[in-house]
Amino acid sequence: MKKEIGVTFIFLSIIALLAGLLFGSLSAFQFVFPGLFDALPFFKNRPLHVSLVVSWIFLSVLGGIYYYLPKYCGLPLFSKKMATLHFWLFFITGLLILTSYFLGKFGGREYWEFPPVLAIPILISWLLLLINFFKTVLKKVGQWPVYLWMWATGICFFLFTFTEAYLWVLPYFRNNLIRDLTVQWKAYGALVGSWNMLVYGTAIFVMERIKGDESIAKSGLAFWMYFLGLTNLLFGWAHHIYIVPTAPWIRYISYGISMTELLILAKIIWNWKSALQHEKKDFYFLPYRFIIASDCWIFINIVLAILISIPAINVFTHGTHITVAHAMGSTIGINTMILLSSVLFIIDDVTKHQFSATEKNTIRTGFWITNFSLLIFWVSLVAAGAEKGVLIVENQLTFQAIMQKINPYLVAFACSGLGIFLGLLMVSVHPLLIIMRYFKTKKA
Amino acid sequence: MSTRLKRLVFWSLFLLFVIDAAVIYTLGTENDSGKGFLSEEAKEGKLLFQKYNCISCHQIYGLGGYMGPDLTNVMSTSGKGELYVKSFIQNGTQRMPDFQLNEKEINALTEYLRYVDKTGISPVINFEIEYDGTITQKSNQ
Ligand code: HEC
Repeated sequence: MKKEIGVTFIFLSIIALLAGLLFGSLSAFQFVFPGLFDALPFFKNRPLHVSLVVSWIFLSVLGGIYYYLPKYCGLPLFSKKMATLHFWLFFITGLLILTSYFLGKFGGREYWEFPPVLAIPILISWLLLLINFFKTVLKKVGQWPVYLWMWATGICFFLFTFTEAYLWVLPYFRNNLIRDLTVQWKAYGALVGSWNMLVYGTAIFVMERIKGDESIAKSGLAFWMYFLGLTNLLFGWAHHIYIVPTAPWIRYISYGISMTELLILAKIIWNWKSALQHEKKDFYFLPYRFIIASDCWIFINIVLAILISIPAINVFTHGTHITVAHAMGSTIGINTMILLSSVLFIIDDVTKHQFSATEKNTIRTGFWITNFSLLIFWVSLVAAGAEKGVLIVENQLTFQAIMQKINPYLVAFACSGLGIFLGLLMVSVHPLLIIMRYFKTKKA
Repeated sequence: MSTRLKRLVFWSLFLLFVIDAAVIYTLGTENDSGKGFLSEEAKEGKLLFQKYNCISCHQIYGLGGYMGPDLTNVMSTSGKGELYVKSFIQNGTQRMPDFQLNEKEINALTEYLRYVDKTGISPVINFEIEYDGTITQKSNQ
């Protein structure tokens, strides 16, 4: 038997995660201690961090999809070769992107800071995925579970938003700052929405498997939630640009749509209320534990997201570390927890590996260190942002004085960031070793 | 929920999205009050701003990295302005790297920031909060 391509994706994703966290921790310390490690300055570290952790999200989610479709959905991949080609194209482009950052060659924008030509191979690799995915899933007879809808949506919209994020190469967009910024953040809002579709789809899939209850992914409620999420993906992005002088209706639509997240919040609380009795024993099952953690983070982050989508609050929080708290809380607390759950599930499944007591202990300890550190990390960012926001609006202090004032929070932020790195290292070191052993047996 | 209804909801949302995008690409973002200041040099500066990844530390309209200050209105803030901006770009600081830029690049970046300044105000500091949670900008004192 050959290696599963899904597992190869997962392996690379974990490496990307750890490397991304390393650069992230380093940039956090450079933020508070200027001049630290000048060989790799902040403006190179930041994109290294961002691109690598975004790769973690995409690689692990796509690895999961490549793995789950044939194994669990009864849908053998249309073309394994295409999937392998996707992997190598992504990998080689990734190396080129990292090299360009190390050399200080940028030319792109936030998230995609690499020279724009490198977007072409990414686009091609994504087209390969799109064709392969649809050729595979369109064979499915009968009702699609909601996660297939979500994966399909995520894959299509990524392609769309990625293209939209490059509209700036056309002078029509580039030479009007207001249009340029609006379209850029419209694209980024949908980008995050599209990976959330992929990740939440994965969460529903894993939950369905753990509970052994297929109705979870086929209920009417599941679909209404999906459409609510989709509506937010499509129209709820403008809180990023409330203060950019666009036509006002752009803001109002987004404000209104963002408030529908209250419904999602209500559903979470409702779920908790009804599920509380059953959860305890499952908590000892590792993949489940990570899903529960993501649930808690969804709650915390939605509350924050709703608050900062209210324009009167947004003026204070915009352009401060509260935005970072929101972004990091969601990508680490929600996305990473879900994806780790999926990774552990796959490893369990493919290697038939029984985690030993020591391995379980390391993962559990890592789990607690990560979540505890993330909480400190999140609170420090919110505190730093709130203080900065108020000081800016009151407009009394210079930039340097403000930064001085919030420095203690940022020190706590940098230290807890290191805690997250160590925690996730503990969580992922055994999975990495297990996959390496699995690769060896496949070669032999 | 029947598959037909699902498809109907999906495609309706998609149609709205396409219309929304079309209007945003055109009418919704037509108002660029800095237009008159977008010289060839400023256009050049905009690309340089990307080339040197200034946005990893600075913000325009609050968007970007937070190590350095928001640059939207640095050209018109009292006590700052052209010479001030140029000296930062030319020399860097303890936190901001010196990119060893030539004079042409420095001028282009400055022209770009002049254009940015004309497009609007950031951060918004002079506003009134409405009952529905929205804000309105008060006219400048
Ligand atoms: C590594 C982060 C970093 C990068 C990259 C960076 N800057 Fe800065 N910049 C700063 C910091 C921090 C300050 C505030 C001064 C200080 O604290 O040292 C600053 C100050 C400035 C100022 C003065 C702003 C004010 O209101 O006082 C200007 C103008 C400026 N930078 C322009 C640029 C341009 C143009 C680029 C890209 C070519 C750039 N910077 C790249 C960190 C950076």
